[in-house]
Formats: sequence, C-alpha cells, structure tokens
Amino acid sequence: MARVGSLSASPAAPDAPPLLRLTGITKRFGDLLANDAISLELKAGEVLALLGENGAGKSTLVSILFGHHVADAGHIEVDGRALPPGEPKAALAAGIGMVHQHFTLADNLSVLDNVMLGTEPLWRLRSERAAARARLLQIAQRFGLRVEPDARVGELSVGERQRVEILKALTRGARVLILDEPTAVLTPQESTSLFATLQHLVASGMAVVFISHKLDEVLAVADRVVVLRAGRLVAQMRASQADKAQLAEAMVGRTVAAVARERGAAAASATRPLACTLRDASVHGAQRRLLERINLDVHAGEVVAIAGVAGNGQQTLADVLSGLRALDAGTLAIGGRALPAQPRAWVDAGVARIPEDRLGVGAIGELAIWENALLERYVSRRFARWGVVRREQAREHARRIVERFDVRAGGGLDARAATLSGGNLQKLILGRALTSPRYRDIAPTLIVAHQPTWGLDVGAVADVHRRLLEACHAGAALLLISEDLDEIFALADRIAVIARGRLTEARPREQWTLASLGLAMADAAAPANAPLALHDAS
Amino acid sequence: MRLEPRLRTPLWLWLAAPVAALAGTLVITSLLVAWAGAPVTRAYALLLQGGFGSRFAWTETLTRATPLILTGLAVAVAFRARLYNIGAEGQLYAGALAAVAVGGLHGGVGWALPSSLLFALMIAAACAAGALLLWVPAWLKLRLGVDEVVTTLLLNFIVLLLVSAMLDGPMKDPTALGWPQSVAIADALQLGKLIERSRLHSGLLGALLLSLLLAALLRFTTLGFEIRAAGANARAAAFAGMPVRTAIWKVALLSGALAGLAGAVEVAGRAGYVTLDMSPGYGYSGIVVAMLAALHPLGVVAAAVFVAGMLVGADSMSRAVGVPTYIADVIVAVALIAVLIATLGVRWRVRWR
Repeated sequence: MARVGSLSASPAAPDAPPLLRLTGITKRFGDLLANDAISLELKAGEVLALLGENGAGKSTLVSILFGHHVADAGHIEVDGRALPPGEPKAALAAGIGMVHQHFTLADNLSVLDNVMLGTEPLWRLRSERAAARARLLQIAQRFGLRVEPDARVGELSVGERQRVEILKALTRGARVLILDEPTAVLTPQESTSLFATLQHLVASGMAVVFISHKLDEVLAVADRVVVLRAGRLVAQMRASQADKAQLAEAMVGRTVAAVARERGAAAASATRPLACTLRDASVHGAQRRLLERINLDVHAGEVVAIAGVAGNGQQTLADVLSGLRALDAGTLAIGGRALPAQPRAWVDAGVARIPEDRLGVGAIGELAIWENALLERYVSRRFARWGVVRREQAREHARRIVERFDVRAGGGLDARAATLSGGNLQKLILGRALTSPRYRDIAPTLIVAHQPTWGLDVGAVADVHRRLLEACHAGAALLLISEDLDEIFALADRIAVIARGRLTEARPREQWTLASLGLAMADAAAPANAPLALHDAS
Repeated sequence: MRLEPRLRTPLWLWLAAPVAALAGTLVITSLLVAWAGAPVTRAYALLLQGGFGSRFAWTETLTRATPLILTGLAVAVAFRARLYNIGAEGQLYAGALAAVAVGGLHGGVGWALPSSLLFALMIAAACAAGALLLWVPAWLKLRLGVDEVVTTLLLNFIVLLLVSAMLDGPMKDPTALGWPQSVAIADALQLGKLIERSRLHSGLLGALLLSLLLAALLRFTTLGFEIRAAGANARAAAFAGMPVRTAIWKVALLSGALAGLAGAVEVAGRAGYVTLDMSPGYGYSGIVVAMLAALHPLGVVAAAVFVAGMLVGADSMSRAVGVPTYIADVIVAVALIAVLIATLGVRWRVRWR
C-alpha cells in the first residue's frame, strides 16, 4: 500500500511541547505485566501508530489514557498539565477522544442524538438541539465527514457509523483522537477514505493515535510507529524509515513464516467429488432477504473463500452451513445428501465447524477444557454408556486434542476454558472439530471456518492456517468465510464475494485483484467518499 | 470504584470469604438486635441454643429443613439451566393438594389398594402436579419467549387461591369446625417418625438421598452435562449439537417434581392435611437456600439446615428476649447478600480509584 495523499508532511516544529506525554506507565494484572514503564510523546499534527499483537498491551495503554484503568505507576500529561488518573470525564475534558473498535452508539437514536448524548446536563429542561445541529454540521463540513444528522444510526453502514463516532469525539473538542483497530470492519476503499480523513484532522493541528496490527495500513497512515510487545515498548521509528519486515519482527520478536496455499493445488481438485452444493439458496429475514439465491460448489480438497464486509449475510451463511438454520428456499447438499438443520446431524455427517465467536458460540468458558473438547461428541457410545459420561475415555480424547493441536493450558484439562488465551482456545475448537475417531484415516468432508483467525496473534494465525490446509490436503473441502483479505489471498483457490446477501460466482484467486474484490464488496457498503487509491493484490 | 477480574484467587481468600460473610452478617444483625433493645450476646446465645442447642432443637431444625432441602434442590437444578423457577411455593402447594387428592379423599378408603401402592401413587401425583405447574411456564418460555420469572411468580398466587377454594369447597374437612383445612390422608400413608416424641420424620432421609442423586446426576451423566452446558452458555451448547430445549424441558419437569414432592412430604410427614399456612414460604426460602449453596445439591443440605436453624432459633429467642421473630428472616437475607458479595470478592478485585 502506498502512502495516501501528501498532507502527512506537516509535523509540528521539533521544539514544540508535546500535546500528550506518557511517562513510565506501568500496569499489572495479577502476574501479567500488561504495560512495563512505557513512555511516549505525541505532538500536534502527528499520526502515531501503536502496533502490536493481541495481548501486547495496546488496549491497556489506551484504557489508562482514557481513564478506564488506573496505572500502577507513571503519569500522563496533556499540554503540560497532569491528567488525573481513572477519570474518563477528565480525559474527555482534556481533549482525548476515543473511537472504540466496537462502536458505542445507540442504534435506535439519530446521529444528532448520539452526538449529543451525555453532553447536556439532565436537569436542564430545554435541550440545545438547534445549536448542537449547527455545530455538528459545521464540524462535519470542516473535516469533510458527510453525515445526515437525522438518520437513525441503526440504518447506517459500518463506515458511516465510524464517521459518527469520530464526529462524536470531535464535537466534544477532542484534540487527541484514539482509534482502536478502526479498519477491521471496513472495505479497502472505506479504509482509504478513513486515512484521508485522519490526514485532514492532523493537518488542522490534532494528533491521532492509530492502533492496529496490520503493517500495511500502519505504513500508509502513520508518521511515527511505536511497537509494543509483551507490555514493553520495543521499537519506535518514523514510518518513512520503517519497512514491513522490520516492523513484523519487532512486533513478534522472531520471524514467522506465513502459511500460504501452494499455487496449482486447485487444478487437481476441480475433478474431485462435490463436498457442498448450494442451489438458489435463500433465507428470508424479518424485513429483507438475508441470503438471496446463492449458488456455490465446493469440491473435496479445495479452498473456497467468501469475502465481504461484515454484516452482509456471512453470519446467516455460516449458520446455514453449520446446521443452525434451515433454508427458506433452494437446496443444500453435503456430500450429495440433504441434512436437517440440526447441528448434531452435521457433526455426524463429518462437517467440521469453526464459529466466529469463540467464547460466545465455540466454547463454554465455565466448563473445563476436557468438557469443551467433548461437547460435539458426548453422545457417541465411545464417550457415554447408559447415560453416564465415560470420563476416562473423554479425558483421553481431550488429551489427544490438546497434544496434537498444541493447546497450552496452564491449569491442565480441568482448567476452565475461559482461562485459555484466544489462540489456544481457537486451537482447542479447531482440534475438537478436526478430531474424530473416524477421521484417523480420512479428513472431515467439509470444514466451515468463519473468521478463524480473527483477533489472533501472528504465530497463532500461522498455526491455524497450517492446520486447515493440512486437513484440505487430506481431502477435506474448506469453506473460509473471512473479512481478512490477506488471509483470503493466502489460502483460497477460488474466491466469491458476498454483498447484501448475494454471492458472486466463485472465481479462481488469480482472476481477482484487491481493487476488484473491494468493488464487489462495496456493492453493499456505503459509497466511499474519497478517490480510490487501489493497489494490486501482490 | 471499579471491579477488575482476578486472574488467580489465593487460597486464603477462598477460606476467608465465608468467614467474612458470617462476620458481616453478625455485625449488621447485631445492630438490629441492639436496636430492638435486647442484650446482643444473650440474644445470639438463645438463637443458637434454640436452633442447635438441644436434641429437641435439632429435631425441630431438621424437620423444618426437610421441605427446604427439597425446594432448594428444585430451585438449584432449575437455576443451573438458567430456568429461573420462582414458583416452588406454588408447586409445593400443588403437590400437597395432589397428595391429599390421592391419599385423602373419601377418607383414604375410596380405592381398595394396598397402602404401599397408594403411597407410591400419592408421591407420583404430587410430583406430577408440581411438574405440570412448571411445565406451563417452560412451554411459554420455549415456544413464545415469555419470561419465566414473571409466569412462575404469578402462578404462585393463582395456586394459593386455588388451594383456598379447594379447602373451602370440595376438599374441605367437614369435621374441622369451619377451619379452612383439607381432609387428612389415610393414617397408613403417613411417614414414620425418625425419633420418638419428635416431629422429625423419614422424609428427611428421602431429601438427603435425593440431594445425593441430584449431585451425581449433574456431575456424571450426559443429562447433567447438558444441563450445565445449557446453563453456562446455551448458544454454544446448541451450536455443538446439544438438545438445549429438551434439556430445559427435562429440568422444568425435574424441578417442578421436586417442589411438588416437598408438598407431599410436608403433608405425609406432619399434619396429614393441607392448610393455607402449611408453608411459611418454603418455596421462596428455597431460592435463598439454593443461592447460599451456590446451586450445588450437597451445599443445599447445609444451607437448608442453616436457614431452618435460624427460623427455629428465632422463635425461642423471641419468646425469651422479645425480639420479633422476623429477625430470622433478616439474618437469612443478610447472610445471603453477604455470601453473594463474598463470592464476588473471590472472583473480582475492587479498585477504589
């Protein structure tokens, strides 16, 4: 990705006092040193990227900055004045604004209501709506952030909602804007538009802290990059002097070979039997069609990826393909057979399912690891007799999964699943789906993986990818539903795009570029309001 | 002030939490006793004496604990599956009515059955009545999404009014001099006494056996696995292919049956007939018992004995020093809140700044 625009060349004078200064911030959660004496400065007119893997301490640091957490040691100054710890109100008053990854908007209120929310004392009888509207429109105009003040937030696209979040911060007088993984939900084009907005903001004298773990966008948007690893600040450099490899190594602490599907693997699989067939498959929602006449074939040993912006029908498709939801029209066959919408029938038919929400759907945090490993297969005669769970066999099964998939559990098999890190939990879910007494020689028929590496660190991502490709090699078909385009280009043989519940034809990976993929995805998303800066996939 | 999750709980905290909860309860209730104008230490001594201090006190406490164990188990198993059954009180009365209907109408001689068979029928009818009464809210919850807290709670009042109608109507005991009281079950159906010259009856053994069975069910069986999984995370359980709805059905029937059984045991073990005040809120106290026990069936026994001891002790304390018996309810309620806070403190850390 190239740098966007030329506005970024506006750093403040070197001797100007920093807008924000963190000194020796240290925070400990039990044994975990989340932040270890982190000091950094932020000047007006600067975009600072905070780069690090999950668990590196980025979120803790900004939570302390915003007053959600209190540091054990260290202090924060804004404009040379100390910021009282643990008071979000004080942080807001000092001009620190935050855009969370998961938006904090009320869907049933209008844009204007959301922006005004919390800014007026409750005891005042009249609300200053007219003034607030004028102010909102003026700020929106000034920074080129188009909004419709009376639109209901629930009806906006994700990109538009993010704009509302930014405006919310700006109308409260934010001078330092913190964005937590802002591009996670955007199309490439929307991301480009966001970056342009950020450059606009810093050009007007604000400062931006941009949290990410994606190297390309960090290099595209930031003036300066700070890398955190295991709670420590391990590298700090100007973006113009940094390169991807260098940043990646600083972030991970070692070199990690990314996993990729070997080219040409697809050619052989086109002649293999069909693992999954969807014909004119539709699911009707309350107001609109969630899936509209979808056609898709997945062959044994093949990787088909479904790209798309979040909320365009992926969840419905994943539910249908996991046996949670029946089609309203059309047909679906797994290995040539129609299956009832009952998860157990799908497990028995050899469908390995990896849900998106690991702790909400994939695992039960309150139950032990061995019990979680058993969840899909506890009814089999191997693990239960006369209604009684055969504990020894069940634990043995769990032990095999934990060993084979390298699940690192501090507390052993009896520890609660909630104590596992995200990566280890995903390995447990993956192991559960891919381990069956029947799979000893053969692989599952079909793997349905929805965002399988979402939120995982680089090492765990490579692990999960390797496992999935191994299963494909052994003959499983893989249907990968993902919003991570890097992942899609690394793994897929064929790619289809889902937008507004419609699915494009699945074409070979070579026929797609990042640009054409982005355009197909944007069919449903809000039109990007900045010129497209598109780049080739490689 | 804010709460942060503890990553690890030190052992001393596990041990200190119940002690702190007990101490907190004592301090708060002492203030109330002092306010009532009674000498605090003497009042507590009388309370403990009255609840646990003699053979008689123990038999009374255990007699009261018997229905509490059963309603406590009913609530614990339902809450484990996130089926919030607040209706144990109504289910208890429904069970009691059903027991009398089978074992007491026509003076217990309506059917020429051997008494052991009639006894089994009586128990089965009580369980079925309780189960049926929880089946309706469970059906409404699973089919229509109606909140079971509301339906089970309100059914209590409906059942109580039904009991009232029955006691003044078809089930009225004509020899009771106008008191609203049902006919009595046949003498042969009454439970045997465990100890001579006390009210303690063999229902206690049944309750203890059931708590063991229920603990084993939850821990070792596939149904127990389904109940625990569905209660902890219903979406994940359903995703994995567990029959979550079926599990909730089974839990509803089990829970209602246990509460209904409590009614039958009270009838067969004590008076032999139903009155409108046969339960001083055993169904509601069952919720407290289950929560104090952290929803564990074996803990329910200990919690039920504690609550019963407080109720019995408060009676004798009240007679001696004139503190109202309501102090027992206050002690139990404060103990519940203290235990809940202590549990919170074990899992979370409080930051004051």
